[in-house]
Amino acid sequence: MAEPALSIRGLTKVYGNDFHALKGIDLNVPQGDFFALLGPNGAGKSTTLGIVCSLVNKTAGQVKVFGVDIDTNFSLAKYHLGVVPQEFNFNQFEKVYDIVLTQAGYYGMPMREARPRARQLLEDLGLWDKRDNVARMLSGGMKRRLMIARALIHRPKLLILDEPTAGVDIELRRSMWEYMRRINREEGTTIILTTHYLEEAENLCRNIAIINHGEIVKNTTMRELLAELDTETFILDVSGPVEALPDIEGLERVAHDDSQLQLSVKKGQRLNDVFKALNDAHVDVVSMRNRANRLEELFVNLVAEQNQAGEIRS
Amino acid sequence: MSMRQIWVAFFTIVTKEIRRFMRIWPQTLLPPSITMTMYFIIFGNLIGARVGEMDGVPYIDYIVPGLIMMSVITNSYSNVASSFFSNKFQRSVEEMVVSPMPDWVILLGFIVGGVARGLAVGAIVTGVSLFFTDVQVHHPFLTMLVVLMTAVLFSIGGFINSLLAKKFDDISIVPIFVLTPLTYLGGVFYSINTLPELWQNISMINPILYMVNTFRYGILGVSDIDAGGAIAAISMFIVVFYILALWLLKRGQGIRS
Repeated sequence: MAEPALSIRGLTKVYGNDFHALKGIDLNVPQGDFFALLGPNGAGKSTTLGIVCSLVNKTAGQVKVFGVDIDTNFSLAKYHLGVVPQEFNFNQFEKVYDIVLTQAGYYGMPMREARPRARQLLEDLGLWDKRDNVARMLSGGMKRRLMIARALIHRPKLLILDEPTAGVDIELRRSMWEYMRRINREEGTTIILTTHYLEEAENLCRNIAIINHGEIVKNTTMRELLAELDTETFILDVSGPVEALPDIEGLERVAHDDSQLQLSVKKGQRLNDVFKALNDAHVDVVSMRNRANRLEELFVNLVAEQNQAGEIRS
Repeated sequence: MSMRQIWVAFFTIVTKEIRRFMRIWPQTLLPPSITMTMYFIIFGNLIGARVGEMDGVPYIDYIVPGLIMMSVITNSYSNVASSFFSNKFQRSVEEMVVSPMPDWVILLGFIVGGVARGLAVGAIVTGVSLFFTDVQVHHPFLTMLVVLMTAVLFSIGGFINSLLAKKFDDISIVPIFVLTPLTYLGGVFYSINTLPELWQNISMINPILYMVNTFRYGILGVSDIDAGGAIAAISMFIVVFYILALWLLKRGQGIRS
């Protein structure tokens, strides 16, 4: 069986102020996967990824990248990695093209090989026209794409994206998703993603781990996780104010808006019955949509449950 | 990484560092040439004419090696200190940390960058001094060796300073409160023979005195101290500082949490 792209065993991180950021987590990311690592702020996502790419020193545990232990051959392990961090971490006064080429140099890639590769990446990410601009002149979205180009310059087998689309507008975000899907599908690059846009994780990732208070609280496939949802909530746009609400389980008014109703549907509940009752009550439904992202509901529930359990324990 | 890849990575840092100080030449190369011209005019020509000779050579000839060395020391130090700290400050140091480059390549790349600026400024100051006096080099090999070793030592010093620094002020404290006094008291402008015995003895614990005087010996053929001992002492300092810098870099001092 092929080595996992990333294998983490008993990873622990205790900061100087005795803050236990990671409490012995285990994680496996198979080769070729598109993996989501989710968690609230301060849960330990960035610490985990920081340890993998050597920006954070671990306290204990083992990390292997494509079977290479970071304690025995960090240089080789790092060669497999491409990192897109959460914060902008390039020299703001350097030109876009130079930033990408310099990174190639740090990976030992000769310039004759790096130049066409950099051009290709900058063209793919819509930055080639900006290649002679200094980085600080770029918009937020362009800076994010610059970091993706920089991370991919040496053809890493594992790409780590720590909130790559934070502050990026919807249109650009979708084009970035398409790009990430493409490199995952066509080049076989394993991708680990952390994000606050749970719709992003649902759209892109096959497997998921949720981390909270330095512990993995869920590690499963996206499909299985979503199957755990026992209720889905929809918003129904109706043609006008509803005088008398039909007696349907889970149906209620939306505050501050007469032309919207909220419908919570349990797993197995037939929508036909709901619509028949609405029809009989002469409620004219114009459109219908999910109230929130499905994953978001699950995520909020899981984190809340764990926080409650933590409070009870303490 | 293969040796070839290591060479590419090393070359990348060195060219980046050299380009950096060349690009901002009004901040890096121009100021020393202006300051040193002032020193040559005021201390060398105007005051120097009244001083007469120092250790048997005209005063302006005496201060030329000292001023060249002073420029080399401050420029190699501040090049590495400010460049590496600004990498830390902007977090672009992470570009190097996440790469497979061994730590010693990063350290060596910055040292060579600092040496390049130190020697470039040293060459400019030497060029300026030629407008005021003739510089005859008595021992070319020793002269080159000591200036190179001094630039290496202070580049490493600048690197250690930048690793330990938390804010920009921290990289100016050492140059202002340590390097400048030690350099001025290190025999740049006078021979320690002119001092009372007590101060002569105190001066002997100043490492910069050995560098300045060995360099002066290389150029003028006169010195207060033994050149061989000085070279040995500088070598020892380089080894100790290099090991310390590499150890701090490996443990991620000021870089990793």
